[in-house]
Amino acid sequence: MASFSVPEESLREVLPENTLRTRVPQEQVAREIRPAPGRYRNEIAKTLIRRSEACVRCGLCVRLCPHGVHVDKPGYKYFAQPRLDRCIGPACEKTDHYCVARCPQSALHKVENPMVKAMGDYRWTGDMILATWKMAESGDLPPEEFGFQYQVGNSGGGFDRLRLRFPERPPVDVDEGQIDTGIELNNRRDGRPTIRIDVPWYGGGMSFGSVSNVTQLAKARAAVAWNTFTCTGEGGYMERMRPYDDHVITQVATGLFGVREETIQRVPIVEFKYAQGAKPGLGGHLLGDKNTVSVARMREAVLGISLFSPFPFHSVYSIEDHRKHIDWIKHVNPRALISTKVSTPTDVDMVAVGSYAAGTHIVHIDGGYGGTGAAPDIAKKNIAMPIEYAIGRVHRFLEAEGARDRVTLIASGGVRTAHDIAKAIALGADGVVIGTAELVAMGCIRCTRCESGRGCPRGIATTDAQLSAEMDVAWGTQRIINLYNAWRKELVGILRRFGMRRVTELRGRTDLLMHLDYSNDVRVKP
Amino acid sequence: MPEKYHLKTQAVPPRLPRVGKFGVVDWQEDCARCHNCVKKACVYDRYRHEAEYIRTLQDVDALYFDCMGCFSCVQSCTKNLLRLSINPEYEALGNTYWTPEIIRTTWLQAETAKIPVSGAGYPGPFSGPGFDSMWTDMSEIVRPTRDGIHGREYISTAVDIGRKRSFLGFAGGELTGEDSPLVSIPMPLILDLTSPRHTLPSLEPCLVETASRTDLIALIDAASWPVAGVDPDRCLPHVAFYLRPDGPQVPQEVLKKTRLVEIPDGRDVAKAIRTLKGQCPGLVVAVRVQLDREGVQRAVDLANSDEVEVVHVVADPNGNEVGQDKPRFIKDMIRQIHTSLIETGRRDEITIMAGGGIALPEHMAKAIICGADLVTINLPLLIALECRLCSQCRPGMPCPAKLEQVDRGYAVGRMTNLIAAWHDQLIEVMGAMGMREVRRIRGDVGRAMFFEQLEEESFGKLFGTRRES
Repeated sequence: MASFSVPEESLREVLPENTLRTRVPQEQVAREIRPAPGRYRNEIAKTLIRRSEACVRCGLCVRLCPHGVHVDKPGYKYFAQPRLDRCIGPACEKTDHYCVARCPQSALHKVENPMVKAMGDYRWTGDMILATWKMAESGDLPPEEFGFQYQVGNSGGGFDRLRLRFPERPPVDVDEGQIDTGIELNNRRDGRPTIRIDVPWYGGGMSFGSVSNVTQLAKARAAVAWNTFTCTGEGGYMERMRPYDDHVITQVATGLFGVREETIQRVPIVEFKYAQGAKPGLGGHLLGDKNTVSVARMREAVLGISLFSPFPFHSVYSIEDHRKHIDWIKHVNPRALISTKVSTPTDVDMVAVGSYAAGTHIVHIDGGYGGTGAAPDIAKKNIAMPIEYAIGRVHRFLEAEGARDRVTLIASGGVRTAHDIAKAIALGADGVVIGTAELVAMGCIRCTRCESGRGCPRGIATTDAQLSAEMDVAWGTQRIINLYNAWRKELVGILRRFGMRRVTELRGRTDLLMHLDYSNDVRVKP
Repeated sequence: MPEKYHLKTQAVPPRLPRVGKFGVVDWQEDCARCHNCVKKACVYDRYRHEAEYIRTLQDVDALYFDCMGCFSCVQSCTKNLLRLSINPEYEALGNTYWTPEIIRTTWLQAETAKIPVSGAGYPGPFSGPGFDSMWTDMSEIVRPTRDGIHGREYISTAVDIGRKRSFLGFAGGELTGEDSPLVSIPMPLILDLTSPRHTLPSLEPCLVETASRTDLIALIDAASWPVAGVDPDRCLPHVAFYLRPDGPQVPQEVLKKTRLVEIPDGRDVAKAIRTLKGQCPGLVVAVRVQLDREGVQRAVDLANSDEVEVVHVVADPNGNEVGQDKPRFIKDMIRQIHTSLIETGRRDEITIMAGGGIALPEHMAKAIICGADLVTINLPLLIALECRLCSQCRPGMPCPAKLEQVDRGYAVGRMTNLIAAWHDQLIEVMGAMGMREVRRIRGDVGRAMFFEQLEEESFGKLFGTRRES
């Protein structure tokens, strides 16, 4: 982990007149890809290799296996626990080093791990979780021989039924090293800073309270490494986040937790959260168990009570009121870009155009299946439309209104892989916001128990001191940096196959998509 | 300000061993007794609870599965001995419509009366058949209940049952004509008849008592009257008798104390209604129509007749059209009935009650959006009593959920809890829509988004014709 001490010359620039001039040095985090193995003793594997009593410990399996599955520790009477997460399973059967077939005593047996079925769900399948862990561990795409079906989930619709329609060969040969995956976040040309991020995604808002400070810091440090952003969520702004101010988005939501002039002035982007995809129209929830001493202090609330943000902003009845909100922030922080996060009702296209008219730089639409730290199940499943429908709607409407090239459209709510990112951009988004994927990189298993009690049993979405201590910032940072690297690699590979030099060329290219449930016989103009 | 509808609830624990989703299996030999799993890895203390539970359980015939599926013990086991699996008993619950997840969440609500809340995004399929092919809308900015969650108590879920006037007539400054009787209940829900296989003598008083406690109405067969152990004066306003023409009738003085009755559809419906109205002018009479091949048209015809004021349409337990190879789903049939009545200008005069396939509180909201005034349920109430829809109900066969032995306090408590949780969830959905009255979402399909429509609008233009799944 890089040192927190920074030389004097890297102090921040002097900011415009009425902006808080902070003297907090900004920390740099190296974009280095380093192995970050899982933090549990036993990694979960797709395949189990069982060793029976017939084993005579000849050691052939140890010598044969190029992946290091079988472990023979010198000085021990028995083999150590095998590293089953390294086993490539069925793909090994055709090789000459397949331990099960080669064992002279027939002492080894291969079985499918029943736990994979118990892991994950329709949207995040067991394979997708395991593959994301692999990417977070290595910084590279999961090796093909593992056979992970990770590019799509099993939800039966949306991204999971869309496919990228690759040409037989790239129309233009493009050097992968020359492909630009960066996007601009300020397209208004209104004199405010031009902010460019190196990858077409940034981290979603997760409050201190919904997740631990370790999780928040890991997200922020990875954002620094990749020159992108993370968002505070609606829970205040920890002092420990200040060395990363330049890569933080302050969220202003309806409860205004942690919203002060100084937290608005610190950052380059301020996000208004009108609604959240997981609970559209319902405001935020933080159940009392997670409102610990530090959370209560940060939110200036009473310890142990459930905190509900109201819905909606009580000062906003209309787009004109929304404009006043934006003007307020713009006045408080003259260098800030404004993002407006909304959910996906029927009229999401109108809301997006209205928000643009009110002066926002980024329209962030969060689809109905988005993530959350706590939400009523009835809301998660039933309210507002999935993001796959909303992106195209908003993109086309903004085009029709002549505003498309003057506003950045960011989509979220169910974006899980680099393929999802490419599909979202092809449908019309400029970029995406991710949330759950970062947590999965840090070891989340989607057990959905983030909301109450001590919170996340895996120490990610918790405010319990003991549980949070299960993960350290350096490890979490590295896992996210690695995941981003793997995703970028995959995205670059997709762009190369399309013969594109920039990710911005993919925006709105629905002609490069196909849907498995349709005839796909419509010729859409590129 | 009208009195707020609030149900007093308290936790009612289950009688039977829980059937959880996960279970730790394959606890192989060679355990090091390090107690990592017991003392450290499981933040829920499940192992310890399991041991205590089994010690105190009198009828140990099932394992106690209350694992949360976090895999911490599995991944922390010193010897890598533990495996986690989906509990096969859980997977065997219910059927393809009444899924294990529906049964599990119903049990949870019946026990706690709380709205199910969880973290992470929605884990289920993108969409599905039936009610899963629609989403309710929300209002991004403009809201009538502007006090956040504290304004939700001002959302009205009350509905009226009976014939309403389309307009008022005056002569000489005086209102002309007579108003038909109306029954008002605080929530768009009626406790429906249980099917013959689920009808148990011990359940009738529980249903009546629950209706009384929740200020709703329970529909019971006239043959069940008098119901043992219930106070007639207190309970009769919450009872609606189902009067079969060939079955036993209820004494007139008893009938007069009720507000609603139901009769089956038949040739002499109009005559039967006139007779009942003659005996008890204050009664509202509903006609039960089975949604078979002719059901939709029959419901429309009845609703367009002068005598009928309430039509109760009932699909099969899975919400399907009865007796059809390719059945329509109840939401589509309700929309058809609703639209037909709008075309004839009669919709606002008639009350439509819809039952069959209403398994979750969202189904209540969605059925109303599709055009019903209120819904009727029976299976969710049985599930609240720990029925697991094993479909083994036969005369003389023991019920695995021991429904014939339920204690009244337990049953009324669990059913009340479930109704309270449904009510709260209806308010969640209405709050998100920015609606203050459930009467206003009736038939307001603009407050919903339908899968077919969204697919066509979003993907039809891009990808051509959608293939039949």
